[in-house]
Amino acid sequence: MTIETGIEVGAINQSPPVRAINQSPFWSVVSERSGEHVQNCFYCQKCTAGCPTAYVMDYKPAQLLRLIQLEQKERVLGSTAIWLCVGCETCGTRCPNHIRLAPVMDVLRQMALVEGFAPHPAVYALHRSFLDSIRLWGRVHEVSMLLEYKTRCLLTKPPLFFQGLLSDAKMGASLMLKGKLSLTPERVRRMKDIKELFKPAAQDGSSEV
Amino acid sequence: MRYTYYPGCTAGTTAVEFGHSTEAVCRALGVELVELEDWNCCGASSAHALDHTLSLALPGRNVALAQQAGLDIAIPCPACYQNTLSADNALRQDEEWRRRMESLLGFSYTGRPRPRHILDVLANDVGPEMIRAGVTRPLRGLKVASYYGCVLVRPPEKTGWDDPEHPTTMDRLMEALGATPVEWSYKVDCCGASMTLSISQVVVQLSSRIVAAAIEAGADCIASACGICQINLDTRQEVYKKMPVFYFTELMGLALGLPDTVKWLSKHAVNPLPVLRARGLV
Repeated sequence: MTIETGIEVGAINQSPPVRAINQSPFWSVVSERSGEHVQNCFYCQKCTAGCPTAYVMDYKPAQLLRLIQLEQKERVLGSTAIWLCVGCETCGTRCPNHIRLAPVMDVLRQMALVEGFAPHPAVYALHRSFLDSIRLWGRVHEVSMLLEYKTRCLLTKPPLFFQGLLSDAKMGASLMLKGKLSLTPERVRRMKDIKELFKPAAQDGSSEV
Repeated sequence: MRYTYYPGCTAGTTAVEFGHSTEAVCRALGVELVELEDWNCCGASSAHALDHTLSLALPGRNVALAQQAGLDIAIPCPACYQNTLSADNALRQDEEWRRRMESLLGFSYTGRPRPRHILDVLANDVGPEMIRAGVTRPLRGLKVASYYGCVLVRPPEKTGWDDPEHPTTMDRLMEALGATPVEWSYKVDCCGASMTLSISQVVVQLSSRIVAAAIEAGADCIASACGICQINLDTRQEVYKKMPVFYFTELMGLALGLPDTVKWLSKHAVNPLPVLRARGLV
């Protein structure tokens, strides 16, 4: 059977290339690094419907997938959505095409950092402070981690002065009174292991920690 | 029954009553928990948010430390549980990664210890029969909304929980304690997790919605299996009537007649004693 399209067969193949031959398309990089087949999304938006934080995102989860398919790298890596995903895995559990968005979001955040896109300041400050605490003690020490986090927030431009400072201080005080925050950290004995673990991560170029 | 015990960073601090009640309940039911020697933080949500390799390496060390004992790893925190599962999966499936970690940390991977959540251990290994036999003060009349939270049951292909949308493991456990589990649809909704520090208004919104749904379902209280969920629901709820949020292990302690239960409950933000008094349980 032949289909009359009115287009010469050769014409489609002769369209000019949109990118350099050696450069992999954005969607395929995201797919490969996350292990998720993002091109399988047919936009049913079940992920967006179930996402607890979609209401504060600039692009909703399904929109983000569509933007990836459409090679809109700048919009994706510059979005707030990638920083507002809490990784609850609701989307991935419900997706009819078995796309887990949590690992996709992880990959996008890492790419955004490497390529110099500005992260969400408070979310980033918290994750950084948390990892610094592990690097220092091997375990998280809440009090010093929170002090670093609040300091990082103040040093952000523009400074995040009042964001939750009062309510957090109140909460911290009540936790302290109930004996739920310890002033002294617990330290892992073999800290050289922890130092080693932070090393390969820094070397493979995928991180900014 | 013996397990390697991975308490995680919060079991001694912000979720200290979860840690203490877990250990006491296990002791009472003849479950031996052997704390993993020199364990480290699993990386929580921060490692996988910023660095994928680190998110497998940190809990990978705990999996490595657990190999020699060969016992299943019992974990109270769902985030630790999920991260440890991911790390174990990576070591199991990715040969190159396994070799790299083995030479870095000096261990050999056997794959025998399986990461298990403490709810799974208590509900399935110990089981409702044995728990029922240990109950000295049945929680008669107490209506409980069992709240599983997000990462305990997800992703289902890793956790293998009874049902990722409508789990009933904790509900059956509550029944064994003599309590009445309520039907509600927020069992696995997310409380906002780590955003409690970075964007607290989101957590206020999500946690309040969950608590409001439990009130609507006619529950007296919520039972939680996660240190972050409990603290978020307990401290960030903005609803017309305050609802106590227990760790499921605290309710077990109450039903088993463990003397320290009241001490654990004094750590909560919303005082649970009035609800328990109204049901004649304290």
